[in-house]
Amino acid sequence: MRPEVALPVLLPLLSGAISLLFWRSRPMQRFTAVAGNLALMVVSLWLFTSVYQEGYVTIQMGGWEAPYGITLVADMLSAVMIVLTALIGLVIAVYSLASTGPDHEKFGYYPLMHLLLAGVSGAFLTGDIFNLYVWFEVMLVASFALLILGGEKAQMEGAIKYVTLNLLASVIFLTAIGLLYGMVGTLNMADIALRLHEAEHQGMVEVLAVMFMVAFGIKAAAFPLFFWLPASYHTPPVAVSALFAGLLTKVGVYSLFRVFTLMFDDTMDYTQDLLIWGATLTMVTGVLGAAAQYEFRRILSFHIVSQIGYMILGLALYTPLAIAGGVFAIMHNIVVKTNLFLISGIPRRLQGTYQLKKMGGLYKERPWLAVAFFLSAFSLAGIPPLSGFFAKFVIVRAGIEAEAYVVTGIALAVGFMTLYSMVKIWNEVFWKSLPEDNLVPERETVVGDDGRMVKPNLWLMTLPVGVLAAMSLLIGVFAEPLMGLMNTIGEQLLNPQGYIEAVLGDNVDVIEALIETPASEEVSP
Amino acid sequence: MEPLMAVAIGFMYAAAIFLMLRRSIVKLVIGLMLLTNAANLLIFTSAGMTRGAPPLIPEGMLAPEGVVADPLPQAVVLTAIVIAFGVLAFAVVLIRRAYEIVKADDLDKMKDTDT
Repeated sequence: MRPEVALPVLLPLLSGAISLLFWRSRPMQRFTAVAGNLALMVVSLWLFTSVYQEGYVTIQMGGWEAPYGITLVADMLSAVMIVLTALIGLVIAVYSLASTGPDHEKFGYYPLMHLLLAGVSGAFLTGDIFNLYVWFEVMLVASFALLILGGEKAQMEGAIKYVTLNLLASVIFLTAIGLLYGMVGTLNMADIALRLHEAEHQGMVEVLAVMFMVAFGIKAAAFPLFFWLPASYHTPPVAVSALFAGLLTKVGVYSLFRVFTLMFDDTMDYTQDLLIWGATLTMVTGVLGAAAQYEFRRILSFHIVSQIGYMILGLALYTPLAIAGGVFAIMHNIVVKTNLFLISGIPRRLQGTYQLKKMGGLYKERPWLAVAFFLSAFSLAGIPPLSGFFAKFVIVRAGIEAEAYVVTGIALAVGFMTLYSMVKIWNEVFWKSLPEDNLVPERETVVGDDGRMVKPNLWLMTLPVGVLAAMSLLIGVFAEPLMGLMNTIGEQLLNPQGYIEAVLGDNVDVIEALIETPASEEVSP
Repeated sequence: MEPLMAVAIGFMYAAAIFLMLRRSIVKLVIGLMLLTNAANLLIFTSAGMTRGAPPLIPEGMLAPEGVVADPLPQAVVLTAIVIAFGVLAFAVVLIRRAYEIVKADDLDKMKDTDT
């Protein structure tokens, strides 16, 4: 029994249930949000230490042995993702205390947030392909509801695109699962990995690989299927945007890493080019889309797309170093991108808008906020010694080693374009003086519970921003030990035998013997 | 039976994609419904159809006798139906609210967030 593998899923569900019990009590829901996410943080660190010591930790749900039951399994990649999920959950919970208004909190903001975290954790930990689909849907349903909470016109329009494209991706994913089950007769990912090598129609395996690529590509917002993201991420309340930006697309990227290293490693001859050019075009279109925008969160949304390209490029190059770089990019991006969204909420509170043209003068007014933005934005652009530099450096180095010079050159050029957008935000929001026509109707005032105007608790919003900015700096300073961790992940992912043995245990030999005996001979004796 | 099902499922996918490409949001959601149902049928069919052989273990034995239907795809389809039901219920409410706010059943009139 290894409870720490199941707890990151169970704890958010429990916190969600508790906050549902206290539906009418705002203070209790707020307390549960922070306490529940603190507990999740503790459990995730427990899981991380276990995985760090043993390499793989598994739990067979309901005591049914793999491949018959559902296995939860944590390797280094899962453990790192779970720690990041808990970190973002905690940060968002604290930020929400100040930023999310009572009208949102009344309609189940906190229970939905817990449900979303449960879905994300479940997707990171499950070792069963259909179970992965279920966690995706848990996450999606929670995100749908969070996205339209508040019910403004822009939210509805954004939500229709978000819901349609994500449901389409789910159906493609489900179709691929159905066809995969028809071929190999199992849903356990480790078991599938063993059986796919011996599958009868190798051409069909490539078709399935592409179907999974399309399904996860839509969810990860990769080119050419990213349009739902910039159409919807800037519409909900800022804490929701930040939560989505940090975690949701990364689940799609994680799934790509998982299926293409574990199950479809044989198809890489064919799929590698698709992944490489998909990743490159994702980087370029994302960053060009951002260049044309003048709304704070829309610029950031397009940059999510652009950064997804780097992560997928890490997978596509398919060397241990490249995968390590890809995972480093995921880690860096979760911290930095969440922080940039969180920062965008503070000028919104102070100056009443997300339009860059109408903002200004924040450098003078809030110098520390400017420093936090500077750290995060320049880390995103890849300026040393911040976290983004090392992510980019490792991927570029892996690209040169793999002799993919064109792609590597484009990746570097995209870095410059990222810098352009970030400097644009810096100039407009922090550097220039506040335009005359901004009368700042909501400046320093919000409507409290009883309808009176009160001063906002800005420190509850700046504290998470400060923590994440410091983390971006620390990731840069401690890049060496972290890179050791990332190399372990790269090794683990490209040697799936360890994962398969951890999940199936002694059953590996039984299954291998079964695969070697053709089905016709099995019946005759 | 399987070829017939395959053709029927193919038609359902085609019809669903056609509906989803229309501008009307109502047809969009009907297309989504058809699509999820087609996917469920596909799981059911691709796992192999076995008629009249429930996977029941006779008394006193440890395994069922002869060829029996595979119970796993049925469990999978059941789960998928429930999930699709929940998600589509949400989608229906969403298009109703969107219609109330935008006052049009036309995706081309919902482009405010695109530019």
